[in-house]
Amino acid sequence: MKFTRRDTMLMAGGVAALSALPIRALAAGEEEIAAFTGGAAIAEGGVTLTTPEIAENGNTVPVEVNAPGAVSIMVLALGNPNPGVCTFNFGPLAGAQYGSTRIRLSKTQMVTAIAKMADGSFAQASSEVKVTIGGCGG
Amino acid sequence: MISRRDFLQASMAASAIYGASGFGAWGRLAAQQALTQDQLLQFDTFGNVSLIHVTDIHAQMKPIFFREPEINLGVGGNVGQVPHITGADFRKLYGVADGSASHYALSYNDFTALAGTYGKMGGLDRVATVINSIRAERPDALLLDGGDTWHGSYTCYHSEGQDMVNVMNALKPDAMTFHWEFTLGGDRVRDIVADLPFAALGQNIFDSEWNEPTEDFAPYKFFERGGVKIAVIGQAFPYLPIANPRWMFPEYSFGIRDERMQEMVDEVRGMGAELVVVLSHNGFDVDKQMAGRVQGIDVILSGHTHDALPEPVLVGETIIIASGSNGKFVSRVDLDVRDGRMMGFRHKLIPIFSDVIAPDAEVAAVIDAERAPYEAQLSEVIGHTAEDSLLFRRGNFNGSWDDLICDALMSEREADIAMSPGVRWGPSILPGSAITREDIWNVTSMSYGEAYRVEMTGEFIHTVLEDVADNLFNPDPYYQQGGDMVRIGGMGYRIDINQPIGSRISELTLLKTGEKLDPAKTYVVAGWASVNQGTEGPQIWDVVENHIRKLGTVSVTPNTSVQVAGA
Repeated sequence: MKFTRRDTMLMAGGVAALSALPIRALAAGEEEIAAFTGGAAIAEGGVTLTTPEIAENGNTVPVEVNAPGAVSIMVLALGNPNPGVCTFNFGPLAGAQYGSTRIRLSKTQMVTAIAKMADGSFAQASSEVKVTIGGCGG
Repeated sequence: MISRRDFLQASMAASAIYGASGFGAWGRLAAQQALTQDQLLQFDTFGNVSLIHVTDIHAQMKPIFFREPEINLGVGGNVGQVPHITGADFRKLYGVADGSASHYALSYNDFTALAGTYGKMGGLDRVATVINSIRAERPDALLLDGGDTWHGSYTCYHSEGQDMVNVMNALKPDAMTFHWEFTLGGDRVRDIVADLPFAALGQNIFDSEWNEPTEDFAPYKFFERGGVKIAVIGQAFPYLPIANPRWMFPEYSFGIRDERMQEMVDEVRGMGAELVVVLSHNGFDVDKQMAGRVQGIDVILSGHTHDALPEPVLVGETIIIASGSNGKFVSRVDLDVRDGRMMGFRHKLIPIFSDVIAPDAEVAAVIDAERAPYEAQLSEVIGHTAEDSLLFRRGNFNGSWDDLICDALMSEREADIAMSPGVRWGPSILPGSAITREDIWNVTSMSYGEAYRVEMTGEFIHTVLEDVADNLFNPDPYYQQGGDMVRIGGMGYRIDINQPIGSRISELTLLKTGEKLDPAKTYVVAGWASVNQGTEGPQIWDVVENHIRKLGTVSVTPNTSVQVAGA
């Protein structure tokens, strides 16, 4: 499934990445980002972050990130008390630069993935995940 | 999205697709009071493929009255776009004559008077007649059910959906997708699906433990009709575990998952599909957005938001069909598919006027057999509506049925404030009519109907309203859940629909004292349909029945307690 997904993503030319929103002022997570990038500029594009638009359960939200050519991908939940989630590291023999995990979100917030590429450049994608009370269906 | 005139021009200009809608014809005939079954069904068979779409029947096997909404506001890019156009504006847009049958079927004004003229709508025995007539012209037409089928009535509740399964099986659908069906519980749904003589589809139904596609529902099914390879992809309601109780089907996860939708479209195209149809329970605005993001879908048969549109909406080269609810309409879509692509369409939203379309005897017998064991309970008269009181539900903020339900909750449960879920199902009751037990169940029946009574702070009540308002008025359709605002009894508020979450709701006022709600103070709140496991209380239909029995005659007054800004 991973291979199909990756192939499709490549064919689709980053359609899913269009959901990336302009990053807002990152008071939260600034420290983690600075430590990861060393203050380098971060480009948009090249990272596919897949999250649900609305979390079915804020305690366990599935997150997938895919950044072909990355050596490292850091995932941040900017609205959490502790924004750092995880960092995936990929060795030179890695068949895919893809990671999938579940994270806990305390409230509606932006989830961000920042990839460090082999050439030392950085790219990112963000998406908003809504955590809601719910309860009314059509 | 685009106006009707733009749509027609766009479809001409695009030249890849040309289309026609049969709406005008029956609209004019209806205006002349010369409605016949032949005219309702008249359709010049076109192309080589026919699709028949029914959706959101909510277990309404018999004809009903159903008033369409007065208030159905769009936000973001959907301000003033269908389906967020109602009443006179809607009639003007589609050229519907005032007082015509189509006015009655598609808009809310003068509902009581027109209901007297044109009668009830729907009835699955009448729907069967329409389907049979289409199949007589096109024997291999595909019948596709958009879901919300096995939910919404006394008999459906007591048979755990079996009555609707048996009646729908008699109509011989080819595929179906899902929403409220899952509130029967995961086990029950799997039991029914195991024996279904047609495809149960949902590309977005995942195993919640592994976050992988479940093996219980196929993403798509191939059909070969009229020499055309057709792929039908299912899309279940994306927000089931949020809008409905997750604990009833914990093994499943949903979501929009448009990246997988794109994978599935690419996969079926790669397998030779010449026509790609998405049978969707996304809701109309979500379908429009998905049509713009996922490439290669020819037709989206849209359900969930209960919109009845007399013409398709075109997004790129995708046509979106909305076929109403509660059995009021059947859509027929004829397609010309040549050289591996859709070249044109002809469409008709067929209104099921129950006094005009003859019931199919075979299906009528199946319906009667399902109802027979419950007939005495169904038909018991509990009360009456006053001569000036129409009971209806649809509308973004309130409906007289919900006002009555909230009154029942406050009175029977001795509460300050009542909350009733903003669902869009539930038929209307005309003034001066008997209210039977069946009528009460038609607007309340569900597998989690317990009426709770809890204490909430003013602050929490505000949070609830903000949360639900964002599910309705978030400018990004992918963050909307497709219901209406939670209905409130005993309290008024102001809403500015264009504000962000946290800033839409203000001036919360306790009606019995006229005082503003104190965020720190505690209020007794009664409600029903909680998504929380272990909710305790009497069933809502018993609460409402007791209340109506005491009233005898039900009088409703216009609800003016919600002030709307930004519309």
